[in-house]
Amino acid sequence: MKPAPFQYHAPKTVADAVALLAAHAGDDGRILAGGQSLVPTMAFRLARPAHLIDINNVEGLDCIAEAGGRLCIGATVRHAAFHKPVTAGPLGALLSAVVRHIAHYPIRQRGTFCGSLAHADPASEWCCVAAALDAELVARSARGERVIQAAAFFDGAMTTTLAEDELLAEARLPLLPEGTKFGFQEFSRRAGDFAIAMALVAFRVEGGRIADARIGIGGAEPAARRIAKAEAALDGAAPGKDAFAAAADAAAAAMDPMEDVNTSAGYRRDLVRTLVRRALEDAAAA
Amino acid sequence: MSDRAMGRIGESVTRLEDPPLVTGRGRFAGDINLAHQLHMRLLRSPVAHGRIKTVDVEAARAMPGVYAVWTFDDIRDVPPIDFREGRIEKYEPFRQYILARDRVRYVGEPVAAVFAADPYAAEDAADAILAEFEELPAITDGADAPGAFDDAGHRTEADIVTQGYGDVEKAFAKAAHVIEREFVVGRHSGVPLETRGAIGHYDAAHDVLELHGAAKVPHRNREALARMFGRPLNAVHLFESHVGGGFGVRGELYPEDVLVCAAALRFGRPVKWIEDRMEHLLATNHSRQQRHRIRAAVDADGRLLAIDDTFFHDQGAYIRTHGARVITMTCGILPGPYKVADYRATGHFRLTNKTPAATYRSPGRFESTFVRERLMDAIADELGIGRLELRRRNAVGPEDMPYALPLVVLGDDVEYDNGDYVGLLDKALDHVGWDALQADLQRRRAAGEAVGAGVAMFVEKSGLGPSDGAKVTVDPSGAVELITGGASIGQGFETCMAQICADALGVDYRKVRVVHGQTNRIEFGIGAHASRATVMTGSATNEAALLVRAKALDVASDLLQAPADTLDIQDGVVFRKDNPDGPSVGLGEIATQLLPTRKTLGGREPGLMAEGWFHSDHQTYPFGCHIAVVKVDRETGHVGVERYVIAYDIGRAVNPMLVEGQISGGFAQGLGGALYEEFVYDERGQPQSVTFADYLLPTAREVPDIELLLREDAPSPRNPLGIKGAGEAGVTGVGAAIASAIDDALQMPGAVTQLPVTPQRLKVLLDGARD
Ligand SMILES: Cc1cc2nc3c(=O)[nH]c(=O)nc-3n(C[C@H](O)[C@H](O)[C@H](O)COP(=O)(O)OP(=O)(O)OC[C@H]3O[C@@H](n4cnc5c(N)ncnc54)[C@H](O)[C@@H]3O)c2cc1C
Repeated sequence: MKPAPFQYHAPKTVADAVALLAAHAGDDGRILAGGQSLVPTMAFRLARPAHLIDINNVEGLDCIAEAGGRLCIGATVRHAAFHKPVTAGPLGALLSAVVRHIAHYPIRQRGTFCGSLAHADPASEWCCVAAALDAELVARSARGERVIQAAAFFDGAMTTTLAEDELLAEARLPLLPEGTKFGFQEFSRRAGDFAIAMALVAFRVEGGRIADARIGIGGAEPAARRIAKAEAALDGAAPGKDAFAAAADAAAAAMDPMEDVNTSAGYRRDLVRTLVRRALEDAAAA
Repeated sequence: MSDRAMGRIGESVTRLEDPPLVTGRGRFAGDINLAHQLHMRLLRSPVAHGRIKTVDVEAARAMPGVYAVWTFDDIRDVPPIDFREGRIEKYEPFRQYILARDRVRYVGEPVAAVFAADPYAAEDAADAILAEFEELPAITDGADAPGAFDDAGHRTEADIVTQGYGDVEKAFAKAAHVIEREFVVGRHSGVPLETRGAIGHYDAAHDVLELHGAAKVPHRNREALARMFGRPLNAVHLFESHVGGGFGVRGELYPEDVLVCAAALRFGRPVKWIEDRMEHLLATNHSRQQRHRIRAAVDADGRLLAIDDTFFHDQGAYIRTHGARVITMTCGILPGPYKVADYRATGHFRLTNKTPAATYRSPGRFESTFVRERLMDAIADELGIGRLELRRRNAVGPEDMPYALPLVVLGDDVEYDNGDYVGLLDKALDHVGWDALQADLQRRRAAGEAVGAGVAMFVEKSGLGPSDGAKVTVDPSGAVELITGGASIGQGFETCMAQICADALGVDYRKVRVVHGQTNRIEFGIGAHASRATVMTGSATNEAALLVRAKALDVASDLLQAPADTLDIQDGVVFRKDNPDGPSVGLGEIATQLLPTRKTLGGREPGLMAEGWFHSDHQTYPFGCHIAVVKVDRETGHVGVERYVIAYDIGRAVNPMLVEGQISGGFAQGLGGALYEEFVYDERGQPQSVTFADYLLPTAREVPDIELLLREDAPSPRNPLGIKGAGEAGVTGVGAAIASAIDDALQMPGAVTQLPVTPQRLKVLLDGARD
C-alpha cells in the first residue's frame, strides 16, 4: 500500500497547471485535487501516474459564485463547503441535503465537487446532481476552454469526455427557481458508503400540476442520468401517490442496472423504484 | 482505613493501561525501529490455485535499495508451520510453507519476499518480480465435492471429525417429529485496528533470536520458532508491545513472522514487516464458514431426543496453527444449554482455495449457537410451541449440575459447572419487559411496520487449564511487580490482574506493575485467548499474591511483635487489626528486611516475592442469552437494530466496567457477522472483499448501545475467586438472536437460514414470498 514512484508538481496558476497537464498528459500525468479517490487507488497501485499535478495551491479555483442564473463551483471547492447552504434559493438547500450522504466528515473536508465529477464514480452524489440538474462543465486546457453539458460529460463508469490534457476548472449548476421542491434518497449498507442506488428529484407545482420535473438516478447504472420517461410521468400530473408510483415504475423500467457478486440487477431496479417514490414523497412533503 | 477505590475485585476502576494510549505514547509494532533494519514486502499469489511456473526475481534484485529477494529455494531448510498443540500426523500434508513451494492455493499466499532499505523500495521491487502461474480449477465451497490437494494423493477433505453419544438412529426411529434444516454461516473474521506486524532481530552478542510485535500466545510461538530453527528455548525470545486488538487472529504464528526471523538470522540485520490492510484481509486468518445440515428428533412435547448434525467446515487453503480446533469445538459445544439425549456431529474438514481459517472470538460457538438456536426456533414453529417455552422444556436445570457430556472442547471433557439457565432467561425477559414488548411489536406490525424480537440462549466456555503461574515481587520502595505469561490485547489484562493481586495482597492496584508478553521474564505462559486469562492467570496471581502476603505478615509479626493472624494489610501497610492506628510497617520496609544482605532474614528465603500456580481440571462454563429487537425495511432489505439486551452470568466480575467493554465490543463483532461482514469470493476464487469498501465492518451508526444485564449468580466452583471468562459472550448469540428477530419482524418463521443477512439476501427471501 505504498504508491509507485511519481513526480510531484505544485503549480500556482491555472495556466501553469494546464501547461503541466499538457506536458505530462501522455505520460499519465494526473490532477491531484482532494486526493480522496486518487490517493487510495495509488496506494493500491491500481493507478500509477508518473506525474501528479496538485491543484490545491492554484489561485482562484476555490471560489463559489453566482453568475447568470448559475452557481459556479471552482475545482478546489470541497464537499464540506456545502454543509451549510451556499445560496439562499432551493439549490443551496438541495446541495446541503445531498452532501451529508457523501462519505464521512473528514473525507468531505478534502474531497472536491469537481474531483467527484472528473472521477465519475457511478455512485457519486455530485454526479447525480450534475446529471439531474444539467450542469455545465467548464474544461480548460493549454488549447483553450470549452463547456460540456452534463449529459455529454459522463461516459460510463469512471469515464468522462474530458480530454486527458483538460482540467475541469469549474462546474455550473442552474439556480433552481423559487418554489422548486426536491427530494434525495439513497441506499447504502452502512452510513457513508457509496450508495447502491440513489434518486434525486425536483419539480415545481403550478396550478396543482407538476412542472419541470427532474429525476436523476445514480449508482444503479454505470453513469448517472436523467430519466425522461419517469419525468414525463410526472409533468402535468397532480402530485400524489399515483403520479409518484407511475414515475417510480417508469424509472425502474428504464434502468439497465449494474450487477456484481453481491447485488443483482433486479435488486438495484427495485431499489430505484423505492428510492424514486420516497424522494418524490419527501419533495412533496417539504 | 481509607475509602478511596483501591481496585479491589468487583470495583470498576479505570484502566492502568490507558495513560500512554490516550496520550499518544503507546508503542505498537509499527513504532519499533531497530538500527540497520530492513523492510520486508511479500509478493503474494494473484491466483486462487495454480502451479508456479516461474518466479523471476532478477530485475527485483537489481533495484536500488534491495538487499535480497527470496523464493522457496532460499528457505528450503525451514519446515512448514506446525500445530500449536504439537504434531498431528494426519494434518501434516496440509501445513503451509512460509513461501509457496510448487503450488499456490489462495490469492494472497506468499510467493516471494523482498528485503530492502525502506518499505517503498521493497514494494517497488516486489512489483518487479515476474511470476507466472498455470491456473488450476479452484474449489471455493467447502460443501462441494472434495478434489486433489496435491500430487501426492492427498484429498481436500483433510478429515472427518465426529463427536457424539447414544444411539442417534434409534432415537430418530421413535421420534414423534423430525425437523431437518440447512444453515449457513458466512466467512468473516477479526479485523483489529492495528494490522499485524513483526520485527525479527538476531542479537549476536547473546546468541538470541528476538521477535517483536508478538501477541496472544508469545510462549507457544517461542516453542514453535525454537523447533523450526533448531534453537534451544532460551535462545529465542518474543516481545509483545501494545496491541491494537487481537480477536484470535492476531498473534498466531504466520509465515511472515517466521520469515522475518529467518531473514534476521541469515542477514544479521533486523527485519521489519508491517501488514497493510489489503494484506490483512487476504492473509490473516479468516474464520466461521460452515454449512450445516442438521436434524432433530423430538417427542410430541418438543423434547429433544436426538440431534444429528452434518457440517462442512470451509478451512481455506491450509491447516494453520490451530489444527482442527474450530471444527472440534463446534461438535463439542453445539448442544449448548439443552439436554439432548442422543447426539452426533460429523464435521467435514475441507480445504478450499481461500485464505486459511482459524479461530476468531467465540470460535465454534457463534456458528453452533446460530445453528442450534435456529433449529430450536424451527422445532417450536413446527410443533406450535412457543419459542421460549420450547427452550424452557429442554434447558439443563440447576438440579442437573454439574452436567457432564461425553464430548470434548479444547481437549477438555465437557462438564458444565453450575448455573440456572432458565432463571437467567427469565431475568432477561423481565428486564426487557417481554410481554409489553410483544404487545407493542404486535401493535406496530398491525400498523404495517416489520418489527420483531428474537431470543438466543447459549453456554460459553472459559478458563481452559491445566495450569498457569505468576510471580509477585514487592521491592523496597513498596512497588509491586506481577510477572505473568499472559498477553494484553486491549482487553484490560493489566488492570484485571493488578486488581486481583492488589485485593489479595492488600495494596492499591495502581501500585502493581503487570508484566506480560515477555518470554524472557517468565518460563511459561498461556497468553490471551479462549477467555482463559482472567480465570487461569488471575487465579495464579491470586495464589502468588497470597503467598507474598503470608510472607509479609510473617516478617511483620516479628517487627510488630504480634501473631500474624492478628495483622492485616491495607494500602501496602501492615497493622494490627485490633489497633489500626497503632504501630505499622510498610511492605517496602518488609522487603528491605528481606534483602539477601540483611540479618533480619532469619531462616527465610530472600525477597518479598513468591511464585504461585493454579491448576484446573475443567473449564468453567459461563452462560447467557441475547434478546434482539429489529426493524426491517421491506422495500430495501435494510435491518435496523432497535434494542439489544445481553444477559450474562459471569460468576464474578473482577471489573464490571471492563466486562461491559468486552461484551459491547463483542456485540459489535457479532453484529458484523450477522448483518455486514463477509469475505466473498467469485467462482475462480478471486476475493471480492479486500478493502474496507467491500468488507463492511459495522460503524458507530449501525451498532446500537447494548443493555447489559451482568449477573454473578453462579460463581464458578472451579477456582477460588469464582471467576468465569468474559471475552466472548458478546459475540456468541448475535447471529442467532438477530435471525430470530428478523423472522419475527417478517412474520416468516424460519426465513433466515444464512448469515450474514444482507439486504440483498433479505430481499430474495421477501420476493420469494411475494411470488
Ligand atoms: C471512505 C470513502 C468513502 C467515500 N464515499 C463517497 C460517497 O459516498 N460518495 C461520493 O461521491 N464519493 C465518495 N468518496 C469519494 C470522495 O468523494 C472523493 O473526494 C471524490 O470522489 C474525488 O474527489 P477528490 O477531490 O478527492 O479527487 P482526487 O482523488 O484528487 O481525484 C480523483 C480523480 O479525478 C481527477 N481529477 C480531480 N479533480 C480534477 C479536475 N479538476 N480536473 C480533472 N481531473 C480531476 C484526478 O486526476 C483523479 O483521477 C469516498 C471516498 C472515501 C475514501
